[in-house]
Amino acid sequence: MNATKPRLEINRRQFLVAGASVAGGFLLGLPRGGSAGEAATNRIGFFVQIEPDGQVIIGSNQPEIGQGQRTTLPMLVAEELDVDWSRVSVRQMPLGIVKTDDGFAWKYGGQGVGGSTGLTDNWDYMRQVGATARGQLIKVAARRLGVAESECTTRPGFVVLASRGVEIAYTELVTEAATLPLPEESPPLKALKDHRIVGKRHNTVDALDIVTGRSKYGIDTRQPDMRYAVIARAPVLNATVKRIDDTAARKIKGVLDVFEIQGPAMGEPYQILASGVAVVATSTWIAMKGRDALTIEWHESPSATDNSDDFWRQNSDLLEGDGQIVLDDGDFPSAMAAAKTAIKHSYRVPFVSHAPLEPQNCYAYVQKDRCHIIAPTQIPSGASRAAAAVTGLPRDQIHVEMTRVGGGFGRRLTNDYVAEAAMISKHTGWPIKLQWSREDDIKNDFYRPAGIHEMQAGLDGNGKLTAWTQRLASASKYYRRPDMPDEELFGAELYIDDFPRRCVENVRLEYFHNKIGLPRGSWRAPAHTANAWVIQSFIDELAHESGQDPLQLRLDLYGEERELPYSNHGGPTFNPGRLSRLLKHVAERIGYGKTLPKGRGIGIASHFTFGGYAAHAIEVTVADGKLTIERIVAAIDCGLAVNPNAVDAQLQGGTVDGLSTALGLQITVKDGRIQQSNFHDYPLARIAAFPALFETHILPYDDTPTGVGEIGLPTAAPALTNAIFNASGLRIRSLPVSDYLKT
Amino acid sequence: MTTFKINSRTVTFDGDDDTPLLWVLRDELGMTGTKFGCGIGQCGACTVHINGEAQRSCTIPVRAAANQAITTIEGLAEADDRLHPVQQAWLELDVPQCGYCQAGQIMATVDFLKRFPAPSDEDIDNNMTNLCRCGTYARIRKAIHRAAEISAVAASTGASE
Repeated sequence: MNATKPRLEINRRQFLVAGASVAGGFLLGLPRGGSAGEAATNRIGFFVQIEPDGQVIIGSNQPEIGQGQRTTLPMLVAEELDVDWSRVSVRQMPLGIVKTDDGFAWKYGGQGVGGSTGLTDNWDYMRQVGATARGQLIKVAARRLGVAESECTTRPGFVVLASRGVEIAYTELVTEAATLPLPEESPPLKALKDHRIVGKRHNTVDALDIVTGRSKYGIDTRQPDMRYAVIARAPVLNATVKRIDDTAARKIKGVLDVFEIQGPAMGEPYQILASGVAVVATSTWIAMKGRDALTIEWHESPSATDNSDDFWRQNSDLLEGDGQIVLDDGDFPSAMAAAKTAIKHSYRVPFVSHAPLEPQNCYAYVQKDRCHIIAPTQIPSGASRAAAAVTGLPRDQIHVEMTRVGGGFGRRLTNDYVAEAAMISKHTGWPIKLQWSREDDIKNDFYRPAGIHEMQAGLDGNGKLTAWTQRLASASKYYRRPDMPDEELFGAELYIDDFPRRCVENVRLEYFHNKIGLPRGSWRAPAHTANAWVIQSFIDELAHESGQDPLQLRLDLYGEERELPYSNHGGPTFNPGRLSRLLKHVAERIGYGKTLPKGRGIGIASHFTFGGYAAHAIEVTVADGKLTIERIVAAIDCGLAVNPNAVDAQLQGGTVDGLSTALGLQITVKDGRIQQSNFHDYPLARIAAFPALFETHILPYDDTPTGVGEIGLPTAAPALTNAIFNASGLRIRSLPVSDYLKT
Repeated sequence: MTTFKINSRTVTFDGDDDTPLLWVLRDELGMTGTKFGCGIGQCGACTVHINGEAQRSCTIPVRAAANQAITTIEGLAEADDRLHPVQQAWLELDVPQCGYCQAGQIMATVDFLKRFPAPSDEDIDNNMTNLCRCGTYARIRKAIHRAAEISAVAASTGASE
């Protein structure tokens, strides 16, 4: 039976704007008839501004979290606008929503980055912005020259009328072009072969500002009369404030106010994560000192008995029973019964924290009729909603500015710190910058869900994989969503159309939800990080135990290139043949199959994540209980690489993130308290963990880009643990690796 | 009252002298290039130079900086067209992703290259301990080697740094 309809696809637009209308009369974010109040006289629509000296200022509508959108998206505009990239500078746009009859509409196109969709959602849109602006410039030029628009072309910065050998600089056309009504539809876009900017390597537009210390992040916000705030949050999950003694804190010179912040009821949808006590002061440090001086008594929490050991035991207990069958292709029980070889193993994936290097912070100034937010956020519309919920102000009175963001990784999909800052500003009436410490961050996160994956497979006499099951007991990240029925909780943890579906005939997926008080959320490449590790480890085990080569077994299963239906996020199709191509590439590069000295091993893995394809081959040494990574080869197929520099960066970064996390990271709970607090006990890997032999390969595929932010991460960990097995015979079935080996 | 030199400018701070240098730089002086990452000297985002030596300013009370000469990322280059070789290398290799740790990485590298002008990969592994959450390590490693090269060429041609 097909127990549950695969209604898993994230409705991207709904996700971003949550209930607000996205339609509206805003073609391409370009206001009809030009100015609309905020446009300068040299600005065509909202995005394109051409200065008298030829400098082109292009608006970037998405948050920049290190994924490179502030570079990549303006490249798309510049390509179609036909300007020199060296003359382009980039302006960060704020959140743009406008009230309509039935909700809100995007003013600058949908804004928000998550799920590796920043580029794909804007690929057509931003090119159309550029093409439309170019069309307006051509219109003006053609009129002046008394010719048809179709007779004109452009070269960077100029409209050209080749038949007369005439050209007019954009700078001479822009003021008039800015006043023209805009067309209903964008002019046609360039063919791939005509691209001059897209597909070429470009440095991060902010690189000079970054290396000179000028680049501004949320934490760097300074506004007139701004006060500084910190919050002492409940040390036990879901605890609430009983009594505050702030006598000592208020004696500290510079402490301005101390008051309670009320958190959400346990398990309920939240604006903020925890109850606590806010301290407002004249500087960050004084606020922190004030917080240290507080004595707070907390109510006993229902989560005070939460323990990681119990959580793992509960998962094991759940797996003894029957769960929710969420996918049942073919006839798994019969196929399993008929199998010549049956293999079963369990894998354990721990909770982990996002730990972006810029701790959460937010500037908020709530006034009677308006609210100003400056925040490092992945979802500015969520920041607007959070501030509206806290202040009671209408959303069109809330102005949200985005800064460069010191890392996202999914943490800043949730705007809890925005809600907190707005609460504090509302309470005090002051402009407030809220600052989290690292301890606040590690202990108050929306952790990657942990779980136990029980895997079983059957092979026939020829070693062909005929039956496959994954039984997962975990704490679903969907647990706290309003109106989320229990039978849909699995959707965040098992993506039913993932490999090996349709590559193996009889596949059953079964889910068991384990309730724990620990908050969960989206951690870069969400369930793929767990499932790629589990599936790619288990495939390796099947190969070894059935006397097959792990590479060949994968190639046999993936088969030829073909489009399989894929209803989960990243679809609508999945082509396993693209994984074969990547695997062969990394295997060849690393010398798969070569004779290695004792203690050395090579591991491989490949996976399809949110529309993109990746593979890793990793070579390690295991000697005297110590692991050394000798070489890393990573490859990505993201269709078209729009900015190869950014693709390389994300592939390297994803690899590092995947390895760092697998090597040494886990969040554990004892008596309702998170046991980790900072980088000494949540040890992100340092440069020494990664070899100088670290190469990345981009294998172009077609003319459509996929996202790249999450694609390179999931396969790093299984390639590592597969390599460890080949080097030492040690099969790691529970992360992190540091529980077994010195790293 | 604490007086110290920062990027050749003399400044005084009249708050508590146990305030970490980091927060004096950021909140009092508005020099936000130096970043807060952990507050316990683990991540290195707050790295500055005190008398030329890389130090993690989040754990240094400002009184310890009294009468010392401090250089921050804002003071490393004389001008945008006269960047320090480490900054040049960082641009060449397009190192930054989110960029948040990079000021600290650069300040740590400048000091490291003084001690190891032609570093091996092992020297890098043993001495470079700043965290990068985005995982720019592969490019940081290359940029360190490249900065050593730029500095060596500059030294051999007699150009000043």
